[in-house]
Amino acid sequence: MSNIHKALKERILVLDGAMGTMLQAYKFTEDDFRGERFKDYPIPLQGNNDLLSITQPEAIKAIHGKYFAAGADIVETNTFSGTTIAMADYQMEDLVYELNYESAKIAKEVAHEFTAKEPHKPRFVGGSIGPTNRTASMSPDVNDPGYRAVTFDELRIAYKQQVEALVDGGVDLLLVETVFDTLNAKAALFAIEQVKEERNIDIPIMLSGTITDASGRTLSGQTAEAFLISVSHIPLLSIGFNCALGANLLQPHLEAIANKTDFAISAHPNAGLPNAFGEYDESPEEMGEQIEEYLKKNLINIIGGCCGTSPDHIRVIAEIAAKYKPRKIAVEAEL
Amino acid sequence: MKLSGLEPLVLNENSNFINVGERTNVAGSRKFLRLIKEEQFDEALDIARHQVDGGAQIIDINMDDGLIDGKEAMVRFLNLIAAEPDICRVPIMIDSSKWDIIEAGLQVVQGKCVVNSISLKEGEEKFIWEATQIKRYGAAVIVMAFDEVGQADNYERRIEIAQRSYDILVNKVGFPSEDIIFDLNIFPVATGMEEHRKNAIDFIEATRWVRENLENVSVSGGVSNVSFSFRGNNIVREAMHSVFLYYAIQAGMNMGIVNPAMLEVYDDIPKDLLEHIEDVILDRRDDATERLLEFAETVKGTKVEKALDLSWREMPLQDRITHALVKGIDAFILEDIEQARQEAEKPIDVIEGHLMIGMNVVGDLFGAGKMFLPQVVKSARVMKKAVAYLNPFIEAEKSDKSEPVGKILMATVKGDVHDIGKNIVSVVLACNNYEIVDLGVMVPPEKIIETAISERVDAIGLSGLITPSLDEMVYLAKEMQRQNFEVPLLIGGATTSKAHTAVKIDTQYDNAVVHVNDASRAVTVVGDLLNKKTAHEYVAKLKKDYDEFRSKFLKRGKEKSYISIREARQRKYSIDWETSEIVKPKELGVQMLKQLSLKELEPFIDWSPFFRSWDLHGKFPDILNDDVVGEQATQLYEDAKAMVQDIIAKQLLKPKGIFGLFEANSINDDDILVQKKGKEVAVFRTLRQQLKKREGVPNHALADFIAPKDSGKTDYIGAFCVAIFGAQELAESYKEKHDDYNAIMTQAIADRFAEAFAEYLHKQVRVKHWGYAANEDLSNDDLIKESYKGIRPAPGYPACPDHLEKETIWELLDIEKIIGVKLTESLAMWPAAAVSGYYFANPEAKYFGLGKITDDQLTDYANRKGIDKDQARKWLHANIADE
Repeated sequence: MSNIHKALKERILVLDGAMGTMLQAYKFTEDDFRGERFKDYPIPLQGNNDLLSITQPEAIKAIHGKYFAAGADIVETNTFSGTTIAMADYQMEDLVYELNYESAKIAKEVAHEFTAKEPHKPRFVGGSIGPTNRTASMSPDVNDPGYRAVTFDELRIAYKQQVEALVDGGVDLLLVETVFDTLNAKAALFAIEQVKEERNIDIPIMLSGTITDASGRTLSGQTAEAFLISVSHIPLLSIGFNCALGANLLQPHLEAIANKTDFAISAHPNAGLPNAFGEYDESPEEMGEQIEEYLKKNLINIIGGCCGTSPDHIRVIAEIAAKYKPRKIAVEAEL
Repeated sequence: MKLSGLEPLVLNENSNFINVGERTNVAGSRKFLRLIKEEQFDEALDIARHQVDGGAQIIDINMDDGLIDGKEAMVRFLNLIAAEPDICRVPIMIDSSKWDIIEAGLQVVQGKCVVNSISLKEGEEKFIWEATQIKRYGAAVIVMAFDEVGQADNYERRIEIAQRSYDILVNKVGFPSEDIIFDLNIFPVATGMEEHRKNAIDFIEATRWVRENLENVSVSGGVSNVSFSFRGNNIVREAMHSVFLYYAIQAGMNMGIVNPAMLEVYDDIPKDLLEHIEDVILDRRDDATERLLEFAETVKGTKVEKALDLSWREMPLQDRITHALVKGIDAFILEDIEQARQEAEKPIDVIEGHLMIGMNVVGDLFGAGKMFLPQVVKSARVMKKAVAYLNPFIEAEKSDKSEPVGKILMATVKGDVHDIGKNIVSVVLACNNYEIVDLGVMVPPEKIIETAISERVDAIGLSGLITPSLDEMVYLAKEMQRQNFEVPLLIGGATTSKAHTAVKIDTQYDNAVVHVNDASRAVTVVGDLLNKKTAHEYVAKLKKDYDEFRSKFLKRGKEKSYISIREARQRKYSIDWETSEIVKPKELGVQMLKQLSLKELEPFIDWSPFFRSWDLHGKFPDILNDDVVGEQATQLYEDAKAMVQDIIAKQLLKPKGIFGLFEANSINDDDILVQKKGKEVAVFRTLRQQLKKREGVPNHALADFIAPKDSGKTDYIGAFCVAIFGAQELAESYKEKHDDYNAIMTQAIADRFAEAFAEYLHKQVRVKHWGYAANEDLSNDDLIKESYKGIRPAPGYPACPDHLEKETIWELLDIEKIIGVKLTESLAMWPAAAVSGYYFANPEAKYFGLGKITDDQLTDYANRKGIDKDQARKWLHANIADE
């Protein structure tokens, strides 16, 4: 049994918060994004946050450190857009391996520091695998509903490349997150299974979907339970939801799956819903209050934050999580 | 076993038999094969949809045919299905004998599918490899009872292959046992061959063994095979299917491919037939087959085709054309018109002769109340088709066009988007040989004036639904006067009234102004106005009539008396906030709904207003049996239902909605302070009744239903907007095809959907998002009667007539940005099929009408809102007393 499985039985694990929100505070300019290495790059690079693992590694390390210090057990690598498909926007497809590898290494370094300081609380690194900017089961063209901008195989190959680099960089687990199209996630899972088979390794997988709005469905139209069923063929470490909704709105969807699976349940909600300016303004205390509701109901094994959350949020969440027992990972299987 | 489309499908010990739809199989349906070959994917989708609507819980899709590219067809069809939520809500069964087609299918479906099928036919290695891939794609699998030796055709071979397949899958591949489905081969019985006698009973017994011995698996099969030898005798076949399933399901068959149309109810099978069939299925007698064959001859079905009555096609040409126009049948009109054209001297004669004769009959019947509006609009559709057909011939001959009896300009005024009524009047007038210049909606006054001059129209018709449109009409009347117009002005639309027309519009224009609020009157009114002989006299009579009406109305208005706003506030409706129940919403903040299916809204449709929009008056459903309009209402309702189904199936309209729930307190008596975490985010200004009432009857304002700040209680309020997108485009597409009937129908249905959406969302808010009525159990009738707790008043309607308040709601919820509903300069919503408003949850909250207010409240209101008084007067003028 790997360390993380053991930790998961003992306590509610805490995932980190938003990377993007933290990076905004640095107010990096185009030049900062480019660094020395890409100073002559032909197209603008500002906004390519994943690139900062190479051009501003100290900032990324500092953010990981802040989250660990706030009480996070797991930090996510700075690789949300680390596929050839997402990096095509910056013409950086060739950089994908390096981006993922370096991001994993940086995060691992910080994790080691903290584990060394507090051996009773080992820290983990989750390789973040985002949804890419294309969907495999929806058409971007309203006039041609049968059209697809990306195929399963294109996704599978891109994900495989990302997974290999993350594994080489030393991540402890993989986190397929912000799944708005289940078919994309299935391609990622397929790629991970291939890597596991080819290298004869096992690596825990967290999978986290996104319920888009009050209709209670993913962007590709599935209900929470249909989503769960569609990805349960792979032995997952955990399944859950993140992004799009704040903690209170996420609760019914967590309840919808919690008693239907024997995987662990994770949640990393946003800090509320965006206000009129597109900012997330739920305070750590407010968010903590909502999250405590989950814990009281024994819904959760892994808890963290998504858009708009900060180390302060994670600190409050970690303090609350420490007071509760994790959800028991055993259900009566339905035949 | 758990499967998924957009929704889950969970099979367990308690589940009923799962029915797999099989019409989307090129091997099983000739029609489907033809459609796929001809790449008619839309119709092919209809077949899939029909299966799901008919109760199929999984749909089997098969593209194995030598003449089609199976892989490409599979991918294309599955991609199209993925865009149809009403189809892809159920799991898909990917059916092929070719692995590359199966894999291509698995790569385009997000849900958990079933693969149909794999087997040991080509050896263990291939079997293991395919199973491994299927597992990785996350699908269940059907395993055929087939191995290297051949297909299992007796009890022993069936269980032998099943056992071996199971062991390999579970032990070598690690395939989840609950995802294994065995197809144990259903073969025909009663073929006359001795070796086929036990085909059914062997399947049934093998099924029993498999379900008892191989843990967690399912058993499936294609049922229609069993009755293959009775092709052509559906009565026997249907009974055989039913008997076979009765025993197979008892033995543990839990899913299968069954055509529901080919299934008799077991208990309804006549006793003698049942006995003969059971003898065959269960192999109970040596002569079972012969006996059934003999018996079958006596029960051969005789199904009567219901033929359409086409006897009218035998009538003479003119009668046929008249019949087609009166009945609104367009199926034969072009061939009849072509015949008429060949017989006529000039093509124009067909319009002025045959068609006008027919339309005169329509006009007479309509005038006599023997035809109703929907029929007339259908007649117009036939007429338009015919004219469109003739026009090229007329152009070619360069002969004079038919001379219309008059030219009428029609427009919905600036800022307003509602045009159902205007379209209906246009169609009816066009039927009566008026030429219509339709300027559409949101037409600025300059354009109306300019077009009226350049087109030399004979009359102008203005329409509007929202109150600010009334001012536009007044403005236009003034302009017409200023520019010395002489043509009559017709006023119509839901918000207009004879009173407003007489008091405000008629006084601005020296020539004729007429309020016409129903289509059937429009023809006679316009006829009288444009008849050169009688017009002068008619106009004078009109002017006098309006003058008398005006003075009577103004007198009546002065009889009411009002109290000051100060006094009215002292007489506010008071709720005891110490004891009143305030429920904190479960979900504060703003949420949207963009993925809702119209199907979910359908049950919430209130049909009565739909009939009103077609000038058929009565309450639904009684109207369907009404002595006078019942037949027409029924016909209209059927057409509407068909269109609703079409719209749902093809997703021709798109509902989008947004709502927000907030902390709120009333302040300064009549304002509602909306807060988010203690910070002000908006202030709603409400208006208070000022009519003098008897003692003890309060003067209401909406603010009375929210706890005041000084009560120390935190109360809550909601706001919402729902809209139906796409109606305009859809209506246009019908208009292009000269089909005004369906164009108007589209708009009327979109309006119904918008109202249904508002009803649906209010319910969701009551029971779920706010949750103050979590246990409510109301029927649709109760909803229409508004018997729920709490209210959802809308700005622009009686309780809060100020349209300006919409701007506050728009800002608060960021409506235009998030769901795209816009406000016009008159604060009409666009798209037109939209509803917005507030939510009040207090059990004591109720709807009321503001009535008139006096100058002191107007001044106060303008101050509170921070607008100047003239602006406030402009928006509230309909509610201001003594004006």
